[in-house]
Amino acid sequence: MKKKEIPQDESFFTEEHGKELYYAVDEEGNYTTGLSSGWEVKTIALSNALEAIEERIADAKKRVHENKTSPIEYYMEVCKMELPVLASYVGMWVWRVKRHFKPAVFKKLSQKTLEKYATAFDITVEQLKNVAP
Amino acid sequence: MKIDFEHKQSAHCENGVVSNLMKFNGHQVSEPMVFGIGSGLLFCYLPFIKINYAPLITYRAMAGFIFNRFAKRVGIKIKREKFKDPQKAKERLDENLQKNNPVGLQVGVYNLVYFPDEYRFHFNAHNLVVYGKEDDTYLISDPVMQHVTTLTSKELEKVRYAKGPFAPNGHMYYPISFPETLHLEKAIRKGIKHTCREMLAPVPIVGAKGIKTVAKLIRKWPKKHGAKKANHYLGQIVRMQEEIGTGGGGFRYIYAAFLQEASDVLKIEELAVLSKEMTQIGDQWRDFALSASRIYKNRSVQEDAYNKVADELEAIGNRETNFFGKLKRAI
Repeated sequence: MKKKEIPQDESFFTEEHGKELYYAVDEEGNYTTGLSSGWEVKTIALSNALEAIEERIADAKKRVHENKTSPIEYYMEVCKMELPVLASYVGMWVWRVKRHFKPAVFKKLSQKTLEKYATAFDITVEQLKNVAP
Repeated sequence: MKIDFEHKQSAHCENGVVSNLMKFNGHQVSEPMVFGIGSGLLFCYLPFIKINYAPLITYRAMAGFIFNRFAKRVGIKIKREKFKDPQKAKERLDENLQKNNPVGLQVGVYNLVYFPDEYRFHFNAHNLVVYGKEDDTYLISDPVMQHVTTLTSKELEKVRYAKGPFAPNGHMYYPISFPETLHLEKAIRKGIKHTCREMLAPVPIVGAKGIKTVAKLIRKWPKKHGAKKANHYLGQIVRMQEEIGTGGGGFRYIYAAFLQEASDVLKIEELAVLSKEMTQIGDQWRDFALSASRIYKNRSVQEDAYNKVADELEAIGNRETNFFGKLKRAI
């Protein structure tokens, strides 16, 4: 890539974030660095990935209201977490967290356990219990 | 207090931290040099590890490996510390700053407030330098950012104690001893040999063979997984390849810059020629990303489009096989 070919597309890196660094060659063929504001190719890839997360959040919310899963799964998606990450934050085994996805099990959780989840999601226990429609 | 530390932006966080800490200690080593000597370049396909619901593909060595190899090969010593207790971690950090010693920290990205929200995932192998403290605010030099930034002590604790895979556990590191002069020649040779060995490894998921394996799989994705998942997988490859930190083209441009520098140090003309070829390979990776983006942009699933990107990837695999064979012989 030549230095003048470094892409300058719009991206999630705005003015305040600055630009990112690329390695490219100058006119004489020597390596140098240059700044890029973004490249459409990867911005679309990232947007698609974020959309997929949005879909999973919406799906989890629907299932919470249908009483098919507990709010824990919903907030896990909201926080862009996957099961092993959440399990690590609350200090439990994955299978135990998974069990807490069952609405009936969730209802019986102790205050202490609920607080662990609330802390992991950075919300209150009240918010954890109530998922807005 | 503020340590007189020069923030120099780099493509990749780990190389950048090492290069900037070396410079602070009076040794000029460029980012590509750190990357090359530390054998950072790689290709690895790990289908059994899923990141964001897609198989993991990596274009570089695992976090920590680059610095460790670099240190060993040029003869510097690094001190690494992890702490169970966040309070202790903070005290040790403050102690070092008091002693005018900037340190590298491993952190999680999810709570790094100065990153754009869209980039904040649960990725725990990010690196930055702390070079001072004013009241309750730490002065941060994050090498992938254009400018220096700050984090409050609460924010810093959060990222140092991020959880999940590769949790940092307060990991702090800094070089403690240096040889009188850095002898790069031997280190460069070692670094290149190591990279050639890995890229030519007779394992179907590593190196050039790994690239060809992925090319083969891409052909099957639309039938096997359907349009949505296939597009998601393809998007994930491009993200890993072009994400911030790669310097473009899945680290191939940084490596080309390293070969150019190495050619001067070792006085081997052939390496300059190979640097040019590596640049072309980088361009091929960029073209591959562009073709892939045409597929996931339109969310279409034409099988011949998948075959076309697979062809491009296969060509890259063949070329890298050939390339690293030549590089091995040149050194």
